[in-house]
Amino acid sequence: MNDITSQSLITLVKNIKNKKLSSVEVTKAFVERSEKSKELNAYITEDYSNALLKAKKFDQNPNLDLKIPGIPIAVKDLFCTNNVKTTAGSKILSNFIPTYESTVTQNIWNEGAILLGKLNCDEFAMGSSNETSFFGNVKNPIDKDLVPGGSSGGSAAAISGQLTPITIGTDTGGSIRQPASFTGTVGLKPTYGSCSRYGIVAFASSLDQAGPMAQSVEDCALLQEIISTYDPKDSTSIDFKRSRFSKELTREIKRKKIGIPKEYRVDGMPEEIEKLWQKGIEYVKDCGAEIVDISLPHTKYALPTYYIVAPAEASSNLARYDGVKYGFRSKGENLIDMYEKTRSEGFGAEVQRRIIIGTYVLSSGYYDAYYLKAQKVRKLIKNDFDEAYKKVDAILTPSTPSSAFKIGEKTNDPVSMYLNDIFTVPVNLAGLPAISIPAGHDSKGYPLGFQIIGKAFDEQVLLNIAYALEEKIGFKNKINDWWIK
Amino acid sequence: MTIDLKTIKHISKLSRISLDEQKAQKLTVDLNLIFEFIEKLNELKTDNVEPLSSVAASTLKLRPDVVQSNNIRDQIIKNSPEDNKDFFVVPKVVE
Repeated sequence: MNDITSQSLITLVKNIKNKKLSSVEVTKAFVERSEKSKELNAYITEDYSNALLKAKKFDQNPNLDLKIPGIPIAVKDLFCTNNVKTTAGSKILSNFIPTYESTVTQNIWNEGAILLGKLNCDEFAMGSSNETSFFGNVKNPIDKDLVPGGSSGGSAAAISGQLTPITIGTDTGGSIRQPASFTGTVGLKPTYGSCSRYGIVAFASSLDQAGPMAQSVEDCALLQEIISTYDPKDSTSIDFKRSRFSKELTREIKRKKIGIPKEYRVDGMPEEIEKLWQKGIEYVKDCGAEIVDISLPHTKYALPTYYIVAPAEASSNLARYDGVKYGFRSKGENLIDMYEKTRSEGFGAEVQRRIIIGTYVLSSGYYDAYYLKAQKVRKLIKNDFDEAYKKVDAILTPSTPSSAFKIGEKTNDPVSMYLNDIFTVPVNLAGLPAISIPAGHDSKGYPLGFQIIGKAFDEQVLLNIAYALEEKIGFKNKINDWWIK
Repeated sequence: MTIDLKTIKHISKLSRISLDEQKAQKLTVDLNLIFEFIEKLNELKTDNVEPLSSVAASTLKLRPDVVQSNNIRDQIIKNSPEDNKDFFVVPKVVE
């Protein structure tokens, strides 16, 4: 079989369980395609030979009762993997080898998967284009001049370029959904507390959440079922009854109420996105669900709030990188000088900018004016959603205000880069689950996404709506393998 | 309001990030742009709003305080940029 890498996760699992394919055959296929795909720069660390060894070992005594037996998976390089280098896309961690495994990746290996390698991302997940990575930018499989989005840009490129059958990313302000939208793939940001943060390099602890990135909603549901577990090692992990997402997945969404927030019609949004959104509304009606107009009046304050809260949390989380116990160290005349030079040379420009913003808004004299103010507005944003969910089961919006932009197009203007996350950021501030699914193509032929936002802990309904819409949309990604010579 | 070069240098000191003149000036420009955008929050009256620091429950779950050490001292020390086998080494801090 030479079409292994184009099979969905669900199909691969079936083929392995029916012994039509071995783990070695599947792993080999993805390793070979990944090796031919260096031009995308999707990987930071390749672990191919270990992956093939593990596949061989799996085939000798296969446990076919597992959920993803012998399936090779590459993951974002923000997840600590025991004994495998974990860099967070940063020079400061470029030689860091964790002594422990993140809970989310452990859950995946426990169900039979095999690590293929670690995927490129924006440095410390701070970015919307994968251009802040110390290891260079990632190219979008859709077109060589386009960014794949960020921060999970390597993950998005790897899934749309078929270098891995499925992957995981992390989402602090849109880092799963925006790259999924830019690459024509599916990305789920679960409810805050659904997936453990243990072993994920921290960016903004009250916003960070791991989630699956996939070719289809079905694949996404299966991985979510595996990674969402209660974890005592993460004090914000929530112990609630999780549904068996893939088993309970259904396209039956009759009479579900879907909200359309008028505040998401932002100035300067291309007309074709507005048109596509209208089409989405028709698809929802075709599925027998109801459309309800809603208002989320504080939407326009979400980005300014986010750019206080996230850098504030980042500035304290990143205080640990001091060049003492691990990571990069620069020589200094004394201890303080060593800290200052280490952090100045070890962090890239965007990370330094966010640490400085965060330190500023937390500093004496500015705390109330900025940080406290932002926390209050965060409450108003959450209240908007609480009000809306009295009337609706989910909310439909575009995922991003534009399709993928060109490499280098926005690097000089931080605010225009930040505006990319205008539709995704409110969800993180409110701790809600949301999924991005491919919605169609724009006039340039680039993919656009729909975002569906759900109630807290209501991933099943969210996935069901996405599953129903996915069938109506019938999206096909236009990828011509331009990077394979 | 505007953020001046002196403030940027002070904040970078607090952040333990050394900045050369060029970087400090670039950051001053960037931060003023970003804060111009952030100032939009001042349109909102928030006197009687409770601040929301996290959506997680206010009482976090506790777990038993049990040592789960796996005897990985050597592995941990190995990640250090400079060590003498048993300890992390830093520039001299006492005379």
